[in-house]
Amino acid sequence: MPTLSAGPPVISARQLSKHYGDFKAVDGISFEVPAGESFGLLGPNGAGKSTTMRMIGGVSQRTSGDLTIMGLDPEEHGPEVRAHLGVVPQQDNLDEELRVRDNLLVYGRYFGLPMSYLRPKADELLEFAQLTEKASAKVDALSGGMKRRLTIARSLINEPKILLLDEPTTGLDPQARHILWDRLFRLKESGVTLILTTHYMDEAEQLCDRLVVVDKGRIMAEGSPAQLIREHSTREVLELRFGSERNTTVAAELQGIGARLEPLPDRVLIYAQDGEAALEQVISRGLRPITSLVRRSSLEDVFLRLTGRSLVD
Amino acid sequence: MTERVPTTDGAVTAPPYRLHAHKPEVSASRARAFGSWYYAEHVLRSMNSYRWTLLASSIGTPVMYLFAMGIGLATLVDRNSAGAFGEVSYLAFIAPALLASATIMTAATEFTYPVMDGFKWRRVYYGPHASPLNTDQIVQGHIIAVTVRLTVTTIIYFVIVAAFGASPSAAGPVAILVAVLSGLAFGLPLMAYSARIEEDKGQFALVMRFIVTPLFLFSGTFFPLDTLPVFLRWIGWISPLWHGTELGRALTYGYELPLWLAAVHVLYLVVLAVVGLKLARAVYARRLGK
Repeated sequence: MPTLSAGPPVISARQLSKHYGDFKAVDGISFEVPAGESFGLLGPNGAGKSTTMRMIGGVSQRTSGDLTIMGLDPEEHGPEVRAHLGVVPQQDNLDEELRVRDNLLVYGRYFGLPMSYLRPKADELLEFAQLTEKASAKVDALSGGMKRRLTIARSLINEPKILLLDEPTTGLDPQARHILWDRLFRLKESGVTLILTTHYMDEAEQLCDRLVVVDKGRIMAEGSPAQLIREHSTREVLELRFGSERNTTVAAELQGIGARLEPLPDRVLIYAQDGEAALEQVISRGLRPITSLVRRSSLEDVFLRLTGRSLVD
Repeated sequence: MTERVPTTDGAVTAPPYRLHAHKPEVSASRARAFGSWYYAEHVLRSMNSYRWTLLASSIGTPVMYLFAMGIGLATLVDRNSAGAFGEVSYLAFIAPALLASATIMTAATEFTYPVMDGFKWRRVYYGPHASPLNTDQIVQGHIIAVTVRLTVTTIIYFVIVAAFGASPSAAGPVAILVAVLSGLAFGLPLMAYSARIEEDKGQFALVMRFIVTPLFLFSGTFFPLDTLPVFLRWIGWISPLWHGTELGRALTYGYELPLWLAAVHVLYLVVLAVVGLKLARAVYARRLGK
C-alpha cells in the first residue's frame, strides 16, 4: 500500500557540501525526499554517503549549501530535527553494559519519554525486532544480526516518521539480511520515510523507491532502480569467462556483439537486449567461453557504467 | 551463528506503532531542558550493572589504607613524632588526605577509560549524539553521573574514617564536599585531555604513573608540605589534592587555616573544574561533530 503523499518534502538538500580541508567528502548534492518515500544513496565506500547521512541526522555541520528536515535547518534546530528522526548508524553503538531491554529504555529517556510509555513500548519493539526472548540478555551475547535489529528497535523508540539507516546490513549473513529487510519493509509499508545508504545493489533494489548513485561526493544519476537500469544499461547482460589470462585479449574479438562490451579482469560483460542471442553470436565466431551466464541488468551495471568501477571492491 | 526465524503469523502488516509517543516538539523541548540529566541517568544505569564491584572497592580501599597507614604506620609515627602533626594523631592527620586522594583516584579512572569508550571502543557517546541531546549535555551528563559516584564513594570513605575516630571535628562531613570538588578539579581537565586522544598508546597508564602517583606522594599527604625542600613544594601547590587536603584538615580536626587561604584553596579547585568543563565541552563538540 503506497503511502506517498503530496506535500512539502520531508528532506530537502540543495548544493549540500562538506569539505575536510581540501577533501570534498560531499560536493554539491541536491535532492528532495517526499514523505513516505524510501530513498537510497548508493555508492562505494568513501563516496560521501555516510557524511551526507550525518548532516541529515543533524550531527555534522555542512560546509555550504542548504538543508532542511521537516522544514527545519538542523544547524539551528538540532534537537528539534533529531527528535523527528530515528537513526541506525553504520557501526552499532549499543551500551553493552546494559541489558537488551534497558538499551531501549535509556534511549527513550533521551526524548524525555516517560517510563509508563517506554516499558510497554520496549516490549512491543522487541517483539517487532524478534528479540523478545533476549530481553534480559546482555548485549554482547547477541549475534551481529540481533544487534543490528536491536539498533533498529532502539531507533524506533520515539516513533520517528523518518528513519535514517547507514548501511543497515553490511557485514551480516544472507539470512540475517533477509530478516532485516522484512522488518524495514514493514516500516515502509506503515508510512515511515526511509533514507538508507548501501553499497549493495540487491538491497537498493529491494528497499528503495528511488535512489541516487553517488560517487566522489557527487550525484551521478537519480531515479527508481528500474528507471536507472533502463536509462544506463541494457535489459540483459551476458557474462563470459575465458580464464583470467585471456579475458582482455578475447574482448577484441567480441567487438560488435550486443550494445556494449565491458572487459573486467575476471570476466567480460556484454550488454545486450537479448543475452541468449548475443551468446549465439559469440559461439558462431568460434569462441568457447569456460562459463557463460545470461542475467538481468542490475544497479551494479549502472554503477559500472557511470563510474567505470564496481561498487564493492 | 544461526538465528531462529519464526514462522510468520500471516499478518501482512502489523503496524509497528501501537502506543503513542509525544510529539517530536515535546521531545526536543524536554531534551533542551533536562538533557544532561537524561544522559546522567544512562551512565548511572550502566554503572549500576557493576555496582557490587564499585561498592566492594569503595569499602575495601579505605579499610585497607586506614589499617595500614592509620593503625600500622601511625603507631610508629605517633611514638616518634613529638607533636610534629600538631595536637592530633597521625591517623587524623592523614585521614583527610586519604579521603581526597581516594576521590581523585576514582575521578581519574572515571574520566579516562570511559571517555575513550564513549568515543572509540564502544562508541557509546554516538547513541545520545544522534538523539535530541546536544554535545554539552553529553559532557555534563557524564560529569553528573561521575559526581554521584564520587559522592557515594566519598561518603562511604568518610563513614569509615569517622568510625576509626579520625574526624573529631563537627564540621568533618563538609570534607566530603571538598573531596568531591577536588575530584572534579583534577578529573575535568583530565576528561578534556582524554577526549582528545584518538588512539590509546598507553597514555592513561602514564597519567596514573607520572601524574596521579606523584601528586599522591608529594601533596602533603603523608607529611606536611613544608617538610619538603622548596624545589619540590610546587608539586603540592599545583596539586588539587594538596588544596583539597588542606581544606579537609581544617574541617576534620580544626587544623588552623586563615579564611583568606581557605578561600584561595576553594577558588583554585573551582577554577580548575570550570576550565576543565569548558575545555571538555569544546573538545567533545569538535570530535563528535566531525
